[in-house]
Amino acid sequence: MDIMDFLKEDLVIPQLDAKDKQDVIIKLGNLLFDKGYVKKTFVDAVIEREKKFPTGLPMEEINVAIPHTDAEHVLKPAIAIGVLNNPVNFNNMADPESELKIDIVFVIALNDGHSQPELLQELISIFQDSRILISIKNCKDASSIIACIKEKFN
Amino acid sequence: MGGDILNEKKRVVVACGTGIATSTVVADKIHEKCKEEGIQIDIVQCKVTEIGNYISDADLIVSTTIVSQKTDVPVVNGLPFITGIGVESALEKIIDILKK
Repeated sequence: MDIMDFLKEDLVIPQLDAKDKQDVIIKLGNLLFDKGYVKKTFVDAVIEREKKFPTGLPMEEINVAIPHTDAEHVLKPAIAIGVLNNPVNFNNMADPESELKIDIVFVIALNDGHSQPELLQELISIFQDSRILISIKNCKDASSIIACIKEKFN
Repeated sequence: MGGDILNEKKRVVVACGTGIATSTVVADKIHEKCKEEGIQIDIVQCKVTEIGNYISDADLIVSTTIVSQKTDVPVVNGLPFITGIGVESALEKIIDILKK
């Protein structure tokens, strides 16, 4: 399994309008729930965890956040992506007191990280490539977002 | 080579909020680097809230989130492995501590 098996057009929301981080997590989390990837408890669990252990990552140009939670709330591994029309604030993972303006949110539903290290490595290689993040941010629809990522791994 | 000291296995605790996502990536990187450097290590991966259970005989803690637990074990910030910014200096700190 590589990252392309986890990325699905119907789990991507381009040009997402959200008023705050909670709103983003609800929108992406509900999508994962509607498609059968997570349990009903997932959204609340992610929101709670985000308060205690924030997931905003300060990258070179475009900041990303990776909300996630314990495996018990997950049925099948998946990644939901939201590209925000206007950035929302998430707190910084390494410095929870400080806030970061986030443009792209990846809600990660993992049932066991140990069996998916390549998936996580590949995901992180996307974050570390500001060129890709910029093209994802400029994409107008889900299929071109998936295409942008696919291009990196081809 | 440093002889006996390097033959002794070092214990590294790698932590993040859930113990499954970012710590997996960090543990992988440390494992790779230590192999290169010929340093033998045991890695324990856990939630940062469970860190107290694992640090009594640890040589190093690497965490992507803040460690609030009071400890004498040196702590290195693991976030550079996620953001890609400052990886070299984080690896240097880790290797320095493990070679002591």
